[in-house]
Amino acid sequence: MKLLAFETSTRWISVALWCDGACLERREELPNSGSEHLLPWAHALLAEAGVALTQLDGLAFGAGPGGFTGLRLACGVTQGLAWGLDKPVVPVSTLAALALNAGDGDIWTVLDARMNEVYSGVYRVAGDTVSELSPPVCVPPGQIAVSPAPTCGGDGFISYAEALPRSSFIPDLWPTAAAVARLAAPALARGEGLHAAAAQPLYVRDKVALTTAERLARGGVR
Amino acid sequence: MLVLGIESSCDETGLALYDTDRGLLAHALHSQVAMHEDYGGVVPELASRDHIRRLIPLLEAVLTEATCTRKDIDAIAYTAGPGLAGALLVGASFAEGLAGALGVLTLPIHHLEGHLLSPLLAAERPKFPFIALLVSGGHTQLMRVNAIGDYELLGESLDDAAGEAFDKTAKLLGLGYPGGPALARLAEQGQAGRITLPRPMLHSGDLSFSFSGLKTAVLTAVRNGLGAGTQAADLAAEFQEAVTDVLAAKALAACKANGMRQLVVAGGVGANRRLREKLDAAFSHFRGRVFYPELALCTDNGAMIAFCGAQRLLAGDAPVVGTGTFAIRPRWPLADLARPVLTA
Ligand SMILES: Nc1ncnc2c1ncn2[C@@H]1O[C@H](COP(=O)(O)OP(=O)(O)OP(=O)(O)O)[C@@H](O)[C@H]1O
Repeated sequence: MKLLAFETSTRWISVALWCDGACLERREELPNSGSEHLLPWAHALLAEAGVALTQLDGLAFGAGPGGFTGLRLACGVTQGLAWGLDKPVVPVSTLAALALNAGDGDIWTVLDARMNEVYSGVYRVAGDTVSELSPPVCVPPGQIAVSPAPTCGGDGFISYAEALPRSSFIPDLWPTAAAVARLAAPALARGEGLHAAAAQPLYVRDKVALTTAERLARGGVR
Repeated sequence: MLVLGIESSCDETGLALYDTDRGLLAHALHSQVAMHEDYGGVVPELASRDHIRRLIPLLEAVLTEATCTRKDIDAIAYTAGPGLAGALLVGASFAEGLAGALGVLTLPIHHLEGHLLSPLLAAERPKFPFIALLVSGGHTQLMRVNAIGDYELLGESLDDAAGEAFDKTAKLLGLGYPGGPALARLAEQGQAGRITLPRPMLHSGDLSFSFSGLKTAVLTAVRNGLGAGTQAADLAAEFQEAVTDVLAAKALAACKANGMRQLVVAGGVGANRRLREKLDAAFSHFRGRVFYPELALCTDNGAMIAFCGAQRLLAGDAPVVGTGTFAIRPRWPLADLARPVLTA
């Protein structure tokens, strides 16, 4: 099983190449978009492993939640590659990928969603599998609590430290392309890969603008 | 050489296939106008979300229409700017990923260059050099087009673009979005001259435009009770008359000042019937000629991007197969475009 994975939902940009259980990864903290690096890194990893693009069994990407623009960068590049190669795609939850990086046990993952909100989800990690105990939501940090409080991870706990009391916090946990690849590989093997067009970001925050009618109802102007 | 064109700079997803020998083989467009209508204008985030849903279905549609396969594509041209950053990034990411998979080169295209060259897709086309009047939702410019990539800005709007003025005025009159076509329809029922509006900068002696004062004049008229019933139609007609008077006069002046008789009109406002009537009349009197893109190619589309990429390819402006490094340019002055560099 060979697959290429992209993760750009946070300011940590990464690309990973999964080859039959071994994983190569390039990762850097790049606050302003990784469009310069994504494909060059992918080519470099392929060259390093001596794998041709056409030998890939599929592709994967961190689908969300996360920064919208980043989600679409990874999704667009993945869609283009997958459609061009005629290979399937596995979209992977960024919070599940972050959870996997925490290791075995239950973990409460929270990413800063800006605008005074966070993306939050709870996961159980056992080896290479991550199961969802509570699905991702986008809420103000004061409106969520998980009890009994499990291990915590994600930059949301730093941005909203006061609203989100944390018990055992693992610092510097991010969703990474290597984790995306590790979660995608078994899914791909089970035949769960999607056609490129069906591979879409998972935004979670779905209300992004008010219609004219809604603005007027709130006393706004046309 | 078969060039795939991808446009996603604003609220239209456009894909097209242009063959350097056989011409335009297919183009497909999805307009988001209906989606943004409820919001009273383009919501950038919703635009981006829609683009990424539409690209592959449209790509499959153009390949089917042209009876080609992915293997036939030799190069991919995509709009790299100017436009909405998020929307541009969708087209760019997909194009670069696809080019990587197919092992073909990419051509990042300037959206306005696409518009400028779109009249060259018609059966009867102008010859270089010519003057171009670019009138869209975001731009009002007069350019001297010497050759592919060689554009000289002669004048532009100091504030609102002509299309923007149409849209804002339509909003003042309670018409839907996008306002240009709606306002033009209302104008058909009214009569210009019953209400009088200024002709901003008509006699400024240069090729600059200004439309924001006109919008303010309409606002005043509406506040004075002229924004309803038959008076609204008269106001719309007068507004359309004022904008098109200025556009036509300056376009003619630009041609005269540059000793040229060919004018190319590009951009959405180029669909305006009254503007076309005035330009045609003025230019026939002057023994000049006005070229318009096909109506379907007046607004944003993939065909102009594919065509523009093909022209750059033919002109020798073909980079070696890319490394996959890419960047979008949401703000990108057209004057920054270099002429194609002939590669050895
Ligand atoms: N018949 C018409 N009369 C007047 N204006 C019109 C007409 N049809 C379309 N328009 C205007 O054209 C504009 C859309 O044109 P176009 O799609 O070329 O521009 P855009 O994509 O909004 O801007 P740009 O290309 O500068 O980024 C809108 O402002 C619209 O109201």
